[in-house]
Amino acid sequence: MRKLKYKEAISEALVQSMIDDASIYITGHAVDYPSGIFGTTAEAHSKFPDRVFDCPSLETAMAGISVGAAAFGKRPVIVHPRADFMFLAFDGLLNLAAKWKYMFGGNAGSVPIVIRAIVGRGWGQGATHSQSLHASLAHFPGVSVLMPSTPYDAKGLLASALKANHPVIIFEHRSLFELSGEVPIDNYVIPFGKANVVREGKDITIVAPSAMLTEAVIAADELEKMDVDVEIIDPRTIRPLDMETIISSVKKTGRLIVTDTSWEFCGFSSEVAATVAEYCLSDLKAPIKRITIADCPAPVSEPLENAFYPKASNLAEAVTELLGISNASFIDLDKKDNFKGPY
Amino acid sequence: MIAKNSSENKLYLLEQLLRVRNAETMLAEKYKLQIMKTPTHFGVGQEAVAVGVCAAIDKSDYVYSHHRSHNHYIAKGGDFYALAAELLGRESGCSKGRGGSVHLTDFDAGFVASTAILGETVAAAVGSALSISMDKKDNVVVSFFGDATLEEGIFYECLIFASLKNLPVLFVCENNGYATESPIEVRQPEGTSFCDRVNAFGVKSKKIDGNDVEKVFEETNNAIQYMSEHKKPFFLECTTYRWLEHVGPNYDHDLNRTYRTVAELEKWKEKCPVKRLSERLLHDKIITDDELNILNNKINEELNSEFERAQESSWPSKDTLFENTY
Repeated sequence: MRKLKYKEAISEALVQSMIDDASIYITGHAVDYPSGIFGTTAEAHSKFPDRVFDCPSLETAMAGISVGAAAFGKRPVIVHPRADFMFLAFDGLLNLAAKWKYMFGGNAGSVPIVIRAIVGRGWGQGATHSQSLHASLAHFPGVSVLMPSTPYDAKGLLASALKANHPVIIFEHRSLFELSGEVPIDNYVIPFGKANVVREGKDITIVAPSAMLTEAVIAADELEKMDVDVEIIDPRTIRPLDMETIISSVKKTGRLIVTDTSWEFCGFSSEVAATVAEYCLSDLKAPIKRITIADCPAPVSEPLENAFYPKASNLAEAVTELLGISNASFIDLDKKDNFKGPY
Repeated sequence: MIAKNSSENKLYLLEQLLRVRNAETMLAEKYKLQIMKTPTHFGVGQEAVAVGVCAAIDKSDYVYSHHRSHNHYIAKGGDFYALAAELLGRESGCSKGRGGSVHLTDFDAGFVASTAILGETVAAAVGSALSISMDKKDNVVVSFFGDATLEEGIFYECLIFASLKNLPVLFVCENNGYATESPIEVRQPEGTSFCDRVNAFGVKSKKIDGNDVEKVFEETNNAIQYMSEHKKPFFLECTTYRWLEHVGPNYDHDLNRTYRTVAELEKWKEKCPVKRLSERLLHDKIITDDELNILNNKINEELNSEFERAQESSWPSKDTLFENTY
């Protein structure tokens, strides 16, 4: 099958959806530049110049503006080149968009807004340019939160978001934009709440969203050499969350590691751990383990940054610990981050 | 179409004022019975702004409102039965009993939405205007808000965007001088002029007596004409006064609150918008005392029967708790 990069898959989903649906427009910082948002909006802009427009910073107002436009029949797509700026948009998003349909009893219609938020990592992004707010947002009923980890999912989930009738937030991890993978040319959709069993195994389950999927695959490949059979589940959507797939996997393997691109406390990994404990505690042969970013803001200095982010080696170590395997070393496992600045 | 300066139009304004005033007064009395369990901000005293603006815009135009929203809802033609049912938490409420006093809608009447967080609906109004503008339609969107909204950052972001994109938004500030119990003196620097400030964003503005419904009607007409000629937003500051407490049906002085004086209230009651227009129309012999009484009674009968009907309507069923979450 044809291969596309993650960023090309996003671009294709936007263009195909905009051809099908004239109500879609895209706005955000620099969406109409030739290099717009890693090139993901450039083709949409060249095809639909009136429907892809730059906007002032006003993140707070833009969330509410999108609600008003959506209530009048538009399907706005807002792009946050840095997900961290979304904190400024929380009122419009969570107090207004997420509750609109419910608190007006359905009588003021729906507000189908799609928000693309890009998550940075490494190269000194620092405390306020590196956060993934998926757990915070998924806390609130009324929204869907997506975390595509492959080009195939990036296209199919975005296409699905652009057909949904409620607000959808998509976290796109910057480290994935150059990732290549098979992507069908047709305008397919991936339903929300359907996890992907990326790799089947019998010894242990790793739940790995977004960029952590890549790390989990590296770890599983290495562990395979030691005859450890890892099952990897990519949840793909955080809300709704396909707990059924995760629970049936844990019932099979009896062991669970949940990893995340954000913090453990009150986070996605805790939600999965709690639900597994609630529904299949007796199937567990070992305690659940959560492997996430360290419980402090993201540092800039390189050695600190390396210590902050969880990697394949951390996952592999956690697997051997839960399986009672000693003397395993994974020092050389982690891939080098080839990202080059200046941003 | 009623001619703007006709007696017919003056009578229409009076009837609308009475409808809004009597509705709020009646709801405030019923509210004391603890049968409406939803924090309610009554708009008694501020009716002229809602009535004057809504009478000037077209029926096909749109309105967004804030926490003190009943006036705008009724003035825009929102269904009173559905408002009463909403306050009573009934399934037949305008928001099916899910929203309460601060979350009203009557899309068919052009009353899009009201919400309780300051500035939220200003942004939504700007967004609806963006949609109208992209679709090359001619409607205008009115955004009603109070003076405290000019303390919110989002308001200035909205001004920038509406001005930048030349959107058909009429910003209507109901300046009643208080944010809950804080007077404007502790909230804005001395010498503040909202109109000057708004002008700096490229948005033209005018400050008017918001208790004179004919003035509000006339200036709204002027604003709409300007907006249509220049394809620009406009800002109207209407000075007014809320008679009752910030939230609830009582007078502040009855509850021994001291943040404002009875003398101040009495001064504003002299400028009561209903009293001013009815006196004017009586003086000009456009209406007689008898006719005024008949009109008042007719409105009250309608309101009472709608309220009773709302009270008899059903509660939402428990199994609909999750309805409309997505």
